[in-house]
Amino acid sequence: MPKSSRKTLFRALFRLKKYRHSIIAVLILAAAGVATQLAAPILAGRAIDAMVAGSLGVPEGVIFALSLYGTAAAINALCGWASQAVSVRICARAACDLRGEAVAKLKTLPLGYLDARQSGEIVSRITVDIETFSDGLLLFFTQFFSGIMTIFGTLGFMLATNLPVGLTVALVTPLSLFSASFISRRSYRFFRAQNDARGALFGYVTEFVEGADVVEAFAYESQAGARFDELDKLYSEASVKATFFSSLTNPVTRFVNGVVYAGVTLAGALTPGMTVGSLSCFLSYASQYTKPFNEISGVIAELQNAAACAARVFELLDAEDEPPESEDAKTLVPDGSVQFENVSFSYNPETPLIKSLSIDIKPGMRVAIVGPTGCGKTTLINLLLRFYDVGSGKIKASGEDIRSVTRRSLRRAFGMVPQDTWLIPGTIRENIAYGRPDATDEEIRAAAKAAFAESFIKRLPNGYDTVVGDDGAGLSAGQKQLLCIARVMLANPPMLILDEATSNIDTRTELKVQKAISELTKGRTSIIVAHRLSTIRDADLILVMRDGQIIERGKHEELLEKDGFYAKLYGSQFEKIG
Amino acid sequence: MKLLRYLKKYSVKAALAPLLKLLECFVDLAIPILTAKIIDTGLGTGDTLYIIRGCALMVLLGLAGLAVSVAGQYFSAVAAVGVSSELRRAAFAHIRSLDASARQTLGSSTIITRLTGDISQVQAGLNLFLRLFMRSPFIVFGSVFMAFSINRRLAIVFAFVVPVLAAVVFGIMRATTPLYRVTQAKLDSVVKVTRSTLSGMRVIRAFCREDDEVARIYEASDKLKDAQAHAGIISALSTPLSGAVINAATVAVLYFGALEFSVGGITSGEVVALVNYMSQIFIELVKFANLIVQVTRAAASAGRIASLFDVRPQLLYPAEESAGLLDSQKVAVRFEHVGFKYPGAGAESLSDISFSVRHGDAVGIIGGTGSGKTSLVSLIPRFFDASSGDVYLFGEPIKEIPRQKLRSLAGIVPQKPLLFSGTVRSNLLWGVSGICPPEEVDDELLWKALECAQAAGFVRDLPGGLDGVVEQGGRNFSGGQRQRLTIARAMVRALLALRAGQPFILILDDSASALDFVTESALRRELAKLRGKVTTFIVSQRVASVRSSDLILVLDDGRLVGAGKHDELLSTCPVYREIYESQYSGGEAGA
Repeated sequence: MPKSSRKTLFRALFRLKKYRHSIIAVLILAAAGVATQLAAPILAGRAIDAMVAGSLGVPEGVIFALSLYGTAAAINALCGWASQAVSVRICARAACDLRGEAVAKLKTLPLGYLDARQSGEIVSRITVDIETFSDGLLLFFTQFFSGIMTIFGTLGFMLATNLPVGLTVALVTPLSLFSASFISRRSYRFFRAQNDARGALFGYVTEFVEGADVVEAFAYESQAGARFDELDKLYSEASVKATFFSSLTNPVTRFVNGVVYAGVTLAGALTPGMTVGSLSCFLSYASQYTKPFNEISGVIAELQNAAACAARVFELLDAEDEPPESEDAKTLVPDGSVQFENVSFSYNPETPLIKSLSIDIKPGMRVAIVGPTGCGKTTLINLLLRFYDVGSGKIKASGEDIRSVTRRSLRRAFGMVPQDTWLIPGTIRENIAYGRPDATDEEIRAAAKAAFAESFIKRLPNGYDTVVGDDGAGLSAGQKQLLCIARVMLANPPMLILDEATSNIDTRTELKVQKAISELTKGRTSIIVAHRLSTIRDADLILVMRDGQIIERGKHEELLEKDGFYAKLYGSQFEKIG
Repeated sequence: MKLLRYLKKYSVKAALAPLLKLLECFVDLAIPILTAKIIDTGLGTGDTLYIIRGCALMVLLGLAGLAVSVAGQYFSAVAAVGVSSELRRAAFAHIRSLDASARQTLGSSTIITRLTGDISQVQAGLNLFLRLFMRSPFIVFGSVFMAFSINRRLAIVFAFVVPVLAAVVFGIMRATTPLYRVTQAKLDSVVKVTRSTLSGMRVIRAFCREDDEVARIYEASDKLKDAQAHAGIISALSTPLSGAVINAATVAVLYFGALEFSVGGITSGEVVALVNYMSQIFIELVKFANLIVQVTRAAASAGRIASLFDVRPQLLYPAEESAGLLDSQKVAVRFEHVGFKYPGAGAESLSDISFSVRHGDAVGIIGGTGSGKTSLVSLIPRFFDASSGDVYLFGEPIKEIPRQKLRSLAGIVPQKPLLFSGTVRSNLLWGVSGICPPEEVDDELLWKALECAQAAGFVRDLPGGLDGVVEQGGRNFSGGQRQRLTIARAMVRALLALRAGQPFILILDDSASALDFVTESALRRELAKLRGKVTTFIVSQRVASVRSSDLILVLDDGRLVGAGKHDELLSTCPVYREIYESQYSGGEAGA
């Protein structure tokens, strides 16, 4: 096993120290299980010997040996069950602990960490990886120790009681080890080839089925069939190899075991003075000899996999947190003023984005930020809500550096309608009340009405109690955006941030929503990011951004008069129409 | 089982596999008898030669067993993989024959799981089945049979053990199956809440709801832990309990064996053989239980695949022979009181739509989100049938036009620009086959289509040009480039139809939304050149894209609220005027 995965495993095992009592119990139970299991053939052998030596009826010796056998068997069953049950509990709890830690980490991870990764990948770390790790751990607890103890116990007993038999078994041992590792290594390679071929085939199927409408429109069905057959053939060939090779394990193991068995029979039967009972005991050992080898090689393969999964989870746990709030962080009392003072920021050091930017927003002002895609509009909002922290400079709200107030009070002061219309899996009602879970039905309905969402909500099968899926399934992009607006309307925050809040609504509906928004923004400090310039003409201040800089600022008319970048931008949208 | 016919081609191999595995069983069953002989004859009389020969025979038997078993595994792998491949091809062919409504009733994610995961499950189950379904019962009952042949009275113990053991193993399995299903469901819910939380992190933080969201995951995670521990403790009973049964039986065999031995009814070697048979039964029964689990799972998958075949195409097409030439002089598209409801939907998406379009006209379709624009144009290539009313193409009722003919008559550029892995050329030649063989399409025509779609520039700059690589879904192109390539793809067919002197209907379903204004107006100019020769439908939310059309259809909530030219509509259609004003208010613009 490579060093790094060993290190990860030690770290993972070390985390289990709070379960040390249970683990010690598992080890003791496993040892007792192995001991009783190894004792059984000896006792059976004794019984047979007593039988051979005895006279009429069932000899005393047989009954004695059998009662010991029964006791051993009972202890074995109990220990087996208890150790397995305790191990399952340890592993389920360890997985739950790890999951809890990983989930708690989600609260403190900087958004930059999450933005840089696909969410599916993080989800699979928290779920699939932890499950795989816990499965590996369970195998380790239940099979590894008992396997090793069984091998050494068997070999030790044989060597101690009958040297020739013991040596025969010891000599065949490398054959077991070799055959187990040979097959597993080979099948691993064939499995890899099979997985690649399967990936290609399944990828094609996915592509075809998801694009089936286009396939149909272009009558491409027959060609698609030919390509599919080709990929299917490659996959089938790889699959036969992988399936066949991996299925060799059982026959080969049985054969090796047969050799061990024959060797033991030969060495045992040729030993002068060998009794039938001892021979039968050796044979019982021999018939199960290769089993622990297979189990251990399986456990090691699983552990490697588990270590790789644990490493991915640890990587998440080790990621740097958001800078913590200072002890004396104040609660922000919003008065509506916001200042950016010489703010600089970049997502990565090579490409500086925002350079010494200053804005002064007075209470109640409506500020619009416009500019081409990628100019840094959304970044300003990320900084304002402390999703990211400024590189240098300062952002102040109500005169306080936003880093000196609690994140909670800062974010509570703003209501945001984000670009991506995220809804919780729940009812329409729950979604609208997301910012104010205690709102009454009347308030919820009023907010929906104000956001022009009421008419479509009424048409849904269960009205306000309609459950929207994870991704808002069943709703159009525009409808989702209306719900997000209603959500903010209900929360009624002192300040507002609208990040392209109407980009997915058709222009006719937008006109109506726009009315609602201007009602909402009246008298409230609001920051509006827009790319449809028609929506921001009446802003108190328009900031024109380009490449992270504010290149023009002023009111709509002033900027048009200036005939600069804004005027050009505005003209281009006009021309686009004309 | 309807799926059994896919076994036919592999029936010999599928029969050979279990038979060969059966041969191996004879070896496994012979070993304990051989051992008994060695003990009784060899050990008893001290006949060294007998012992050596016996052991050599054991190794030889082992080799023979290995040989037949390997052959059996091979045939089993070939048969299982082969059958699944047949099944997969048949299923895929079936999916290709389905139309949009049939596909929609299934859902694409269902189709994908059936074709991938379910068939793999069938393959694994079949493989295990071919290998074990003869072997395991044969070893179990063979062992019992051997026991009877050794000593009738002792064999009664065996006759008792098999049903008891089976009851224990299958009983625990039955008890745990639902528990594991619960565990899986709990895991799914952890995945679901975690995914939802992650995707909404910005909003969650903005609304300060981190604690609530995390608490939801904790709750799900805790339930998962409890379910796992519960299922684990029950399933942990299986091995110890069945071990205990076997051990109890061993005690019985030894006790009664001793009794028989004292009256000379059995030899010591035979007692040892009986003990060995007992442990063989144990091992095989555990394997058999696993087999049942896998086969049940595979059978469930097979049932789901079979239900895939039950979905029949919902649109019936007339036979190809009945294809008459369509008269391009006639009205290209005519809707008569068309109503349309998506399969499974509650309300109509379109109601009472009537209009007609002359061949060669440019038609614009405008309306808000969800007004039914896409539904309307998807009736023209007959992705769906109207739920009421009739659609006519060139005077023919659409239901009487053969499939291939219909496909070569209309080309649609969908909203979502979808490209397929391959090259630019392979994407452009998509679906050309219905009109002429793909190799007859020269590069000149492809470039013309690209130029028309404003895509020639960036394709020329591509390494490989027309043979430049397109990755899955076209992800190596920007949104705008993808849109232009999909337009070019439809354009190829339009140009081919023109060359062959056939009529053609080109439909652009809001497919220029990612283009900047210069590119879009250039595209519009190119499309205008087709006027009089190709009927075009342009779906858009922008007045600018449709204002110069010969006919503008205005949709609102599934109804046709206006039809005419731009100037007429401005004065007669309030909805159109509102849309216009929202985009041109005060002579100014929003995009």
